[in-house]
Amino acid sequence: MTLTPVFGLIFPTLSYIILGLLALMSLLYVLSFLMRKRPPVKKDLKDVIVLKKGYDIPIKGAPAGDVQDVKVTRFAIQPKNFRYIFPIPKLTVAVGDQVQAGDVLFFDRDRPDIKFVSPVSGTVEEILRGAKRSISEVVIRADETQHYRALDVVPETAERARLVAFLAEAGVWPMINQRPYDVIPDFDKVPRDIFISTFDTAPLAPDGAKLVEGREAAFQKGLDILARLTSGSVHLGLDGRKDIHPAFANAKGVKKHYFSGFHPAGNVGIHIHHIAPIRGGEDVVWTLGVQEVITIGTLFTEGKFDATRIVAIGGNREASPRYVRTFQGAHIGELLGYSPAHDVRVISGDVLTGERKTEDEFLNYFDDQISVIDEGDYYEMFGWLLPSRKVPTVSYTYKEGLFPSGKPMDIDANTHGEKRAFVMTGEYERMLPMDLFPQHLMKAILVADYERMEALGIHELSEEDIALCEFACTSKQPLQQILRQGLSEMMSE
Amino acid sequence: MGLVDFFKKLEPDKKKRPLLHTLYDGFFTFLFVPNHRAGQASHVHDHVDLKRTMIMVVLALVPLYLFGMYNVGHQHYLALGQYSDPTEAVGAKLLYGALRVLPMYIVAMVVGLGIEFYFASKKGHAIEEGYLVTGALIPLIMPPTVPLWILAVAVALAVIFGKEAFGGTGMNVVNIALLARVIVFFAYPQTISGDAVWVAGVDGYSGATPLALATQGWDQVTQKFSTEQMWWGLIPGSVGETCKPLILLGALFLLLTRIASWRIMLGGLLGLVFMGLLFNAWGATAFMRVPWYYHLYMGSFLFAIAFMATDPVTAASTNRGKWIYGFLVGLFGLLIRVFNPAYPEGWMLAILLMNVFAPLIDYTVLQANMKKRLKRA
Repeated sequence: MTLTPVFGLIFPTLSYIILGLLALMSLLYVLSFLMRKRPPVKKDLKDVIVLKKGYDIPIKGAPAGDVQDVKVTRFAIQPKNFRYIFPIPKLTVAVGDQVQAGDVLFFDRDRPDIKFVSPVSGTVEEILRGAKRSISEVVIRADETQHYRALDVVPETAERARLVAFLAEAGVWPMINQRPYDVIPDFDKVPRDIFISTFDTAPLAPDGAKLVEGREAAFQKGLDILARLTSGSVHLGLDGRKDIHPAFANAKGVKKHYFSGFHPAGNVGIHIHHIAPIRGGEDVVWTLGVQEVITIGTLFTEGKFDATRIVAIGGNREASPRYVRTFQGAHIGELLGYSPAHDVRVISGDVLTGERKTEDEFLNYFDDQISVIDEGDYYEMFGWLLPSRKVPTVSYTYKEGLFPSGKPMDIDANTHGEKRAFVMTGEYERMLPMDLFPQHLMKAILVADYERMEALGIHELSEEDIALCEFACTSKQPLQQILRQGLSEMMSE
Repeated sequence: MGLVDFFKKLEPDKKKRPLLHTLYDGFFTFLFVPNHRAGQASHVHDHVDLKRTMIMVVLALVPLYLFGMYNVGHQHYLALGQYSDPTEAVGAKLLYGALRVLPMYIVAMVVGLGIEFYFASKKGHAIEEGYLVTGALIPLIMPPTVPLWILAVAVALAVIFGKEAFGGTGMNVVNIALLARVIVFFAYPQTISGDAVWVAGVDGYSGATPLALATQGWDQVTQKFSTEQMWWGLIPGSVGETCKPLILLGALFLLLTRIASWRIMLGGLLGLVFMGLLFNAWGATAFMRVPWYYHLYMGSFLFAIAFMATDPVTAASTNRGKWIYGFLVGLFGLLIRVFNPAYPEGWMLAILLMNVFAPLIDYTVLQANMKKRLKRA
């Protein structure tokens, strides 16, 4: 085959143009592959599990600086933060009661030994009700100085059953998450392993070092206690991308695993999959956050229930992204220190998995960040066709997706399109570093094929693992909702 | 925004006039991406949506339309013995081609979209964008002489029974554009096969495509057409399948934007090469002795593998499955092409066959994963 153009006078130009375009297109294709981002690995670190799939959403307003103290007067514990407990728990306090930090507020009538306690000392100000008389918040107005409930601390060397009973009575049991299904653990089911991730890769998440700074002894004590509660080991997921805090690097009595990758590389579910995958509905593993481990440790190092939390406040609409020190369940308006404008969305948690809140509501139980982003209430003329202003995207139909700049950008809550049927394939697999087929799992859930759901690995997933796939989904399917629906159905089977 | 408010005032009532509302909604969302925000997690979504994905495919097809129109005109005048130099009377050729191709496009779009709007309004949801691509593909795979009423019937049957009966966009089992072609092929075979249909506007002219000539051997082809002609596409054939560089350009564009899977395309090429080499080694008939690389020059392999086989809804969805699917498309397509005495083009049937088998291919890939997981339990 010769390349001599067959056209006459006008056409040589055209055929050269076409061949030139072919060359250009091939070049762009090859370049976009060669220049793709690869996850950083800390120098001289061996045995790092490098996860190539995923995406770090670059949002402006990452939290920075030293941890500041902030004056918050109101705190709340919200029963709806706990899955699968009755919406109307049994209250042990009434409005006007004085409570100390660690005093029981309510318990679930099916499991009365598991106490839900107050994060601060003060007066019970309000008991807010939601739909059908469910309790939505138990609000405490905090004292100036904190008083702690006197606890009969059980010695560390006590047998497992005594330790468990003490933790449940002290109010830290709900801080432990049991997988699969993300429930409050059963007393008698001994977990085969406990997993803790020390780094959070979600957008605008706090740096693990800031969370543990100054509380290293409590963290280590927490790890020691947890080691007594499992039949296997406590596994720490460590950040392999950069230098980490010595409290993590030198933790004792645990198995350390280094991970490097884009979000969701910091998710504990991903760590579990790569260390010792969940084997089915009957398998039992526990997961905890760093600050929850510290609270458990403080019970033994200082004999008190300390629900101090370092919270990261960030987002492209947050004027001063910062770290603050407060307690669990802090009032959001007081944490922010201002009244957010009407075109701003305030989220307790990260933008992928968090809950939308107003300034009168409270930080959720497990959350350690607040994201403040644009609401995104606008119509974009020909938005799907024209090259748009810089927005975070993983799609190769945009320059930003082909050649990512990595620069922090504005983001909003606009869905950028309407919900459609599943069309594109391979999108979710790109965002999930697990040996799993997420799209087929979603379809199996939608048709309620239980055997298939189990075989495809539904038990290995939690909402936070599938959240990035939901971000990338062209068809705007509510994947986290679908997953939870599937998990709830599997639980009742 | 002033324009948005103006349009919102025109919105028909959803309950009283559902069809009109669906039409309005389709037009409104064509103009504006709506202001829907996430109610709950995830609060953020990627900027890309299905409309953008589909429009990229349509963009990739536009050069094929332009060349196709020109070529229809060029073949027409060539058959009449006029303007045989490709650079002569380009305008006249484009005009002639446009007058043949644009009505086909209009018919395909009006009939298909009309049916889609009707079904969408009946179901009470917005019209989905899948048909933008299907409607753009259908005229490109038809011969320029196909009667418009036959085209309309085929499109209607394909959309109703191939797509809407299964649930609309994203639910179809087989490729809708190929289904339309298959309906024409089996119901009105004289309009789509044989030698008389590939050149427009000249009654009784026998304009054999290179592929039809190849059944007698490669030297039969080179007597009438040069390889340059076949490469650049100045040959009779379906409207969009002839110009190889423009198809490659479109295919590269789809690969760059990762809308089409490179695994399917490469797998298809490998399947074709494998089968071609096998036939060359066997060499029983003249067609089998056609060197394997020349099969890329004739017929619609490149178009089929780039635009039809890579349809994400009907192809295999696992990565390994895509290799197997693509390879088998290449293999079966060439097999049908070389062995089929009635019609020397196999891609339409091969892709439809593999569309039906794609779920099975995925199933076997998933089985490996599922077995591994259940063994752990």
